[in-house]
Amino acid sequence: MNWETITSSVEGLRTRGTDLQKRIRGLRRRLTLLLAVVGPGIITSNVDNDAGGISVYTQAGAQYGYALLWSLIPMTIALYVTEEMCARMGVVTGKGLSDLIREEFGFRSTFFVMVTGFFVDLANVVAEFAGVAAAMQIFGVNKYIAVPIAAVFVWTLVLRGTNRQVEVVFLIACLFYLAYLFSAILAKPDWLEAAKHTVIPNLRFESGYLVMLTGLVGTTIAPWQFFYLQAAFVEKKVNPRQYPQARADVLFGSVSCMVIVFFIIVCTAATLYVSGHREINDAAQAAQALIPLAGRGAGILFAFGLLNASLFAASILPLSTAHVICEGLGFEAGIDHKFKEAPIFYWLYTALIAVGAGIVLLPHAPLWKILIFSQVGNGIWLPVVVIFILLLVNRRDLMGDYVNTLTFNIIAWVTAITMIGLTLVLTYTAIFQNAPPPVTP
Amino acid sequence: MQLYATELMGAETYDSQGNFVGRIREFFIEPAEQSNRVAYFLLSRGKFQPLVARHDQVASVAPGTMRLSVGERALALYEPNEAWLAVQKDLLDQQIIDTSGRKVVRVNDVDLVEHRTNGTVELRLTQVDVGLPGAVRRLLQGVVSPGVIRKLQNKLPQRAILWEFVNLIEPDPLRRVKLRITHEKLEDLHPADLAEIMEDLSAAERQGIIASLDEETAAAVLAELDARLTTQIVEKLDPEKAADILEEMAPDAAADVLGGLPKETSEELLEEMPGQEADEVRELLTFDPSTAGGMMNTEFVFVGEASTREEVLQWMREEDLQLEQLDTIVLLDGGAQFSGTVPVARLLLAAPEQQMATLKTEPLLSVATEADEKETFELFDKYNLRMLTVVDQERHPIGTITVDDVVSRLMKR
Repeated sequence: MNWETITSSVEGLRTRGTDLQKRIRGLRRRLTLLLAVVGPGIITSNVDNDAGGISVYTQAGAQYGYALLWSLIPMTIALYVTEEMCARMGVVTGKGLSDLIREEFGFRSTFFVMVTGFFVDLANVVAEFAGVAAAMQIFGVNKYIAVPIAAVFVWTLVLRGTNRQVEVVFLIACLFYLAYLFSAILAKPDWLEAAKHTVIPNLRFESGYLVMLTGLVGTTIAPWQFFYLQAAFVEKKVNPRQYPQARADVLFGSVSCMVIVFFIIVCTAATLYVSGHREINDAAQAAQALIPLAGRGAGILFAFGLLNASLFAASILPLSTAHVICEGLGFEAGIDHKFKEAPIFYWLYTALIAVGAGIVLLPHAPLWKILIFSQVGNGIWLPVVVIFILLLVNRRDLMGDYVNTLTFNIIAWVTAITMIGLTLVLTYTAIFQNAPPPVTP
Repeated sequence: MQLYATELMGAETYDSQGNFVGRIREFFIEPAEQSNRVAYFLLSRGKFQPLVARHDQVASVAPGTMRLSVGERALALYEPNEAWLAVQKDLLDQQIIDTSGRKVVRVNDVDLVEHRTNGTVELRLTQVDVGLPGAVRRLLQGVVSPGVIRKLQNKLPQRAILWEFVNLIEPDPLRRVKLRITHEKLEDLHPADLAEIMEDLSAAERQGIIASLDEETAAAVLAELDARLTTQIVEKLDPEKAADILEEMAPDAAADVLGGLPKETSEELLEEMPGQEADEVRELLTFDPSTAGGMMNTEFVFVGEASTREEVLQWMREEDLQLEQLDTIVLLDGGAQFSGTVPVARLLLAAPEQQMATLKTEPLLSVATEADEKETFELFDKYNLRMLTVVDQERHPIGTITVDDVVSRLMKR
């Protein structure tokens, strides 16, 4: 070997080294770009798996085993399609959904959307605190202790933290959803069977089955989440150049949300359904029933997941609701304002938490009726909001080149109409059949 | 009489013979003619083409009805006109800037007042309603009788902004010219207030405002704005304009902006800037933003340590110095190396013949370009500094860090 070959091979190594360095640097740059945007999509989708949601998934698994798993794929698409439109609007216009509704549809429409939103969200907040109470009961904590502590915790977390800190806490809460993955593994399900049912649709025309199906859709896609998602991207000052990252965030969020749903259903299917405990009313009951079947660990993990989900949603819902209402009606809003500057915002926020938690503590609270109301309310509110979204996202004067493409519009409208149809069915059954929708915390 | 736009929307309009003509659907202001007068009324007639009534064709206006002083045939057919400001479309429910209260607000209603001139009635805009009375009117109009609404609204707290303090936000530059929208009033606001206002607006609106401000104000606002927004704005500006604005900024602020841009864009902007300023900024860009070098400002006042107080004052009067640089003066020794600093307050109290070297602050403090943030902040904290000199390897002072840089950095953490 002569010097020339040695130096040239060393040279080659060195260039390869710098190549690698460059590539690492490029990768790191791309990662920072992504991290500057990531958050809203993941948080929003995961909050969908709140107390009410987990109850429905639990029952879906307990009553029908793996048979409803196939619905998760179309639901992921529906979730992604609707959320993506809001993310896009937020990024392109730099305005929140309530701002846009106000500017394009006037005061009166906005007012009604906001007032409905307030009551529906309040009912949802009640459901979240009921979830906290139920989960803590499994850990042996009385609800008169657990709920007030949770309320104070939520209130301070959001008001004392900066936006970024709160977001980090929320992202960690998203990680805790993995509790369901572990409790599913501990339940030793038949993975092959589960996989088969996920890809092969199994539509049955029995009323109970259909109600459960609509319940799944209804709890997964909640109207308030669109306002939250769009506002979060606006708040993060994401610009159109970062839109691909924002879209990736939304996509990842929708998929991860559904993966968690998958594990919840699989877990309960493998235990409760197989052993014949099919009449499960809520998630806390399921956690209790899991203990003898899959071991204490699985039950505790399940209850922990419920607690995490309830607290998580209870932190976001009141904040987002107060924000949206104030923004739409033209009051100062946001935690970066002082109390004096935005009194209505702070009062609304506090009232939502205080009343929501307070109702759960009332000795003879008509929780059942409130939960039905929350679901009916979501059902009535959802079509209105989705139609507003579709009208806005197709406005070229607002969206420029970012309006929906024809294909996207077709998918979006089909999704919207299906969702509207399903929620109407659900609303109908909730009101008239008194077969309470599968939601009970 | 006091009238409200909401009360007049949908008002039935009759001509001079008392025939029904149509309903008011929109009012237009023609800012080029008069900035506060309702110049045209759009009258819709169901399936027929809408008409417009001019301000001098109106005999009387009351909530719900308007009478014209001419026959229906005298009215023109409606043609859209970009130079007309539409009260309903461009004003109601939209955001405006309240230049007296220095914030962004949303318009609920528009207050009008009658103005009689030889037999005709003109409506003049007096203020925009951003409070509850306007909201209640918008909500209940047509549902409850106007009398009841008026009684109700009198009990509510008023929040309105006089029309002359209203600054409209129009992202489209052509339309802005046609509507005579200027942002002169915004230029009188403190840049920090203006920056806060900009954060409440959408991207297009921000862009519109920055593009129409003079370079000096734009530079001051950009320096105060959230870094993410600054990058977005500069990227979308016309490169020439962007370079002009960057030139007005302090080199360290300009470097911060350019550092956030993609390499090609920042190179392009630097090309557009005059050579000396561009070089200063280029040099600053080579420092890691988290070090003293990345924090410093290269514009600072330095004098020889042998000079006297009188010489220095004389020199400062003649130079075109910026006041914010004049807090502390850096001293150089014979070898152009850093020899200390003199606060201007101390200079003020000194005798005319006193030498600068004798006025130095003890201990002698400076920091190297590669010192990290923590080290710098600790020096500020320990010695209660207002300013710290940054020196290169040969101990030549090359920039200064001021306490406001430190505060902004700490706030961003």
